[in-house]
Amino acid sequence: MMNKRYITQKFFYFLLLFTALIVVAFVFGIVIYLIIKGAGALSWEFITQKPSGGMREGGIGPVIVGTLYLVIGTLLFSLPTGVLAAIYLNEYAKQNRFTKMVRLSIINMAGVPSVVFGLFGLGFFVLFLNFGRSILTGSLTLALLILPVIITATEEALKAVPDAYRHASFALGASKWQTIIRVVLPQAVPGIITGVVLGVGRAAGETAPILFTAAAFFQPNMPNSIFDQVMALPYHLYVLVTQVSHAPDDKKWGTALVLLILVLFFSVIGTAIRTRARLRRQRRHDI
Amino acid sequence: MMKPRLKFAKVKEFLISKFIFINGILSIIVLGLILAFLVYNALQFLSTYPILDFLTGTRWAPTSEPNRFGIVPLLTGSGVVAFGAIIIAVPLGIGSAVYIGELAPKAVREILKPIIEVLATIPSVVIGFVGIMILAPFIRDLFELNTGLTALAGSIMLAFMALPTIISISEDAINAVPDKYRFASLALGATNWQKTYKTVVPAASSGIFASVMLGLGRVVGETMTVLMVTGNSPRIVFSWLQPVRTITASIASEMGQTVQGGLHFSALFAIGLILFVITFVINLIADKFITRIRDVE
Repeated sequence: MMNKRYITQKFFYFLLLFTALIVVAFVFGIVIYLIIKGAGALSWEFITQKPSGGMREGGIGPVIVGTLYLVIGTLLFSLPTGVLAAIYLNEYAKQNRFTKMVRLSIINMAGVPSVVFGLFGLGFFVLFLNFGRSILTGSLTLALLILPVIITATEEALKAVPDAYRHASFALGASKWQTIIRVVLPQAVPGIITGVVLGVGRAAGETAPILFTAAAFFQPNMPNSIFDQVMALPYHLYVLVTQVSHAPDDKKWGTALVLLILVLFFSVIGTAIRTRARLRRQRRHDI
Repeated sequence: MMKPRLKFAKVKEFLISKFIFINGILSIIVLGLILAFLVYNALQFLSTYPILDFLTGTRWAPTSEPNRFGIVPLLTGSGVVAFGAIIIAVPLGIGSAVYIGELAPKAVREILKPIIEVLATIPSVVIGFVGIMILAPFIRDLFELNTGLTALAGSIMLAFMALPTIISISEDAINAVPDKYRFASLALGATNWQKTYKTVVPAASSGIFASVMLGLGRVVGETMTVLMVTGNSPRIVFSWLQPVRTITASIASEMGQTVQGGLHFSALFAIGLILFVITFVINLIADKFITRIRDVE
């Protein structure tokens, strides 16, 4: 009797471990395969030169630069609004139905499919506001997409600041805004940076929102203004794989690997800052 | 002397709080604007194209003559791919979450979590690319098909893209189960496994359900991967071994060829509206169940 129960347990434990191993195998499979296939294509020329020969030759220099422009634009638009929105929710908003609605809308905004953001960017920024297909439009669209990420991360960081800090500041005669800007926000910086870096990393890898708002099929020259279209890594990979006939495989793998490295770079930095902040907070608790 | 300065400070505080308020409610404004633009363009479409033909039409042929905008093949396409993905993702996701939450030693957990975060960061276009290069040929050879770009390829890839959501939220739900439940179960003579599946998992079930709904929302809204690996054929099929086309893939692949303001253009906003409504409802349901775990705490 006992034995049978423990054999069942062993069996199911193994099954659970197996499911986790499948997930791990998938992740390692993709990452390692991309490195093996793509590493050969990586070279200084590949990441700096312009694409040429109908994108079958040359490198992806302007494509990387285009993605960086979009990332910077997204950062500029999403950081202030996201942080202020979180300040509103954590420092100003009362606990009532309206605030509940705001929170619900943030959750739902996070669930809106990225291609719908693309449609909205096209309808609102490109056509209605007449910004055209441009870095500006793409950045604004991506900024909206990652806004929930930044708001959530910032709010969490603000929540972790003990109320004693606020009370002490008020007791010294500081106003609410002075308290927020000089006492609360500095404490929350690591959490905010983490949210922003993770959000921006997500923006760098997104294709659907920039399809109709910013991405150029082929634009070998560097953009001159924020109203220019740009090439971007995710869209370029999509184009190479599905639109350019007989594009050499090593260009595809190379582009995919560069995109993966870029996105993982953001992710690692974001996670590292979070871990460091957490350790420091624990240490402070220990004292 | 002090008075005007104090007044100025008060006004400043007031203006700042108003400015912060506007940023705070931006999410409502944006959601409203998204809905407004989708509805506006969808109405443009429905003013020319009968709504019944749109909702029940069985052919999606926007460029043929006469053009047809029946959404049914796109709905079945999205449905078949999403259903397959969830079938694959649910056992893998819940299994992994239970493993991480209940069984894994701390060191293993610390390794598994970042790996799953990496999975969440891989761009969908990269997953689609790997699907085209590796999975599709494999499916083609395995089932002896003409093409491996099928609903099955989409389901498999989407399943893995939904996993980070399912795993992390299920695991949160499992962690939220109070330890006294576990001790009570063990005290009654249950084995660790009996404790896990008869006590912990049922106690976490509402959060686990929410995680699956959120995963489903992600799957239904995913664009680039399905666009690349499902073969892009807008026909009504209920098989995983045939090419299909989803709502998202239609929007992404056809928008570039439309005339701005034309019928096809506004038709894509109309199917975008349907997509928005579907994902919105899925997220609302998920939210309802997620709140319940917080109540348990």
